[in-house]
Amino acid sequence: MAVKPRRLVGRLLFGLFVFLLMLPTLFFFFWMISLSLKPDADNLAYPPVFVPSGLTAKSYLSVFEGSPFARYALNSLIVAVGATGLSLLLGVPAAYGIARSARYGAALFILVARMTPALSYLIPWFILFQSLGLANTYQALILTHLIIGLPLIIWIMIGFFEDVHRDLEDAAVIDGCTRFGSFLRVSMPLARPGIAVAGILAFIFSWNNFIFAVVLAGPRLQTLPVAIFNVLTFEQINWGPLAAAALLVTAPVLVLAMMVQRHIITGLAAGGLKG
Amino acid sequence: MSTVRARRGGQRRIGRLVEQHLYTLMILPAALALLLIIAFPLVYSLWMAVHEYSMGATTPPLFVGAANYLKLLGNLRFQEAVPRTFYFTLLGVAGPVLIGTVAALAFTRNFPGRGLLRTIFTLPMMATPVSIALIWQMMFHPQLGVLNYLLSLVGLSPQTWVFASRSVIPTLAIVETWQWTPFVMLIVLGGLASLPEEPFEAARIDGASLLQSLRYITLPLLWPYIMVAIVLRSIDALKSFDIIYVITQGGPGTASETINIFLYLQAFAFYDIGFASAVVVVFFLLILAMSVALLLVRRRTSWQ
Repeated sequence: MAVKPRRLVGRLLFGLFVFLLMLPTLFFFFWMISLSLKPDADNLAYPPVFVPSGLTAKSYLSVFEGSPFARYALNSLIVAVGATGLSLLLGVPAAYGIARSARYGAALFILVARMTPALSYLIPWFILFQSLGLANTYQALILTHLIIGLPLIIWIMIGFFEDVHRDLEDAAVIDGCTRFGSFLRVSMPLARPGIAVAGILAFIFSWNNFIFAVVLAGPRLQTLPVAIFNVLTFEQINWGPLAAAALLVTAPVLVLAMMVQRHIITGLAAGGLKG
Repeated sequence: MSTVRARRGGQRRIGRLVEQHLYTLMILPAALALLLIIAFPLVYSLWMAVHEYSMGATTPPLFVGAANYLKLLGNLRFQEAVPRTFYFTLLGVAGPVLIGTVAALAFTRNFPGRGLLRTIFTLPMMATPVSIALIWQMMFHPQLGVLNYLLSLVGLSPQTWVFASRSVIPTLAIVETWQWTPFVMLIVLGGLASLPEEPFEAARIDGASLLQSLRYITLPLLWPYIMVAIVLRSIDALKSFDIIYVITQGGPGTASETINIFLYLQAFAFYDIGFASAVVVVFFLLILAMSVALLLVRRRTSWQ
């Protein structure tokens, strides 16, 4: 049966509308990739080149040759993994305790953390780390990044633990498990998807963070966002390598974000919309 | 023999104590950590704000009472930064909320490729802000930038983007909108998924048009979700830092110096810690006041 013409027009209009909605995002990422793959001459041409004269990996190579990029990547990885791991270690049991004892007053902290600008923490920390001789160390960076991961993980995990049925834990306790044992052997495994989501989100935000490392990390400890801002913008005016570096920095995060795509909504619903 | 029994008894007692206070014990480490990383800096800032102290100074902080706050009130750059910050916030909230709500209404419908497109649509929010900012900076380039070329294609004159004081804040708000529209979209989409079906069926039976049911049913029911998005977005836009700092560093001149950028420069370019701490306190109160005001509005208003 043929579609009615009026419905067809409606569908076409809707398709056009969705296309317009997507256009800024699609064009941005297209242009980012395009800048990173085009030869220098194409990047500096006006009008801008949409169909390149050739594709080249030169920009990517020069990122690795022109700067200790791998070193910066390692810094980012150490800080993000360290902060996320520590946040999970502290945050998951705490979220369980809050969910089971209904002590939601703790959520006040999280609200404050959500509202306060990062700089208000940074100034006291900076002075503290200086006086402790911790300035410019991984430890200092990881500790500051706790503020990114810990509230987020507690917030998300409270929601997940509330969904784990108490009956299951009670059954474990009747079978001779301690309460803590029932947390370790029953609730935690059941909430594993939640832990993965919370961990990945905390990792993403830690990896993306700019302001902490820009102040606290010296040249040796720079994380990727700081490095592309400081070093690469300074030394390379060429757009190709800069775009390639920007893409390399954000690519891992985009892949992770796509993996947890469905759960970003779950995480937001669990975290942002409860009250 | 008896000591072993006593020790076992002791262990059992400790075990029982742990069982009794298990939840408290589980919360405690995280609570201490949060106290250290959140409460300590805020208290420290309150204390520092009434002292004169320069980073790296050999003299200890000197008590100066309200001098830092008075200096802040009389500071011309700060006086300009406050309305500028609210201007940026207004644009950085309105843009994402309007487009995000519309996008959510589109993505709640079923169409081929929806999952993939929605995934791509959420990427700006998750991407590294510094990376995004650098690419936008290239696109804004007055001579070689692709944006002015695209404008010329549709017959519009080239814009000054971030290179003139008049256009820099709206331009930065465009980047902010591009980045945070998906955030609002996801919140509203979650709201749409939770809406009851009955009112829509009733409206359909009563012969309401699509626009009417949108205006009189969907939007009023969605209003609490939109309000949550407005509150969170307002807090985040007020604090926006990465995008502005990477693209303009507050320039040209001080034309895009928001409170947060002003604060950064006072603390880490001029090392005026006492004064910067006063800025922290005032800034925090501003954010708090605005959040409370918005939450009150949320309680008082329903749609219409």
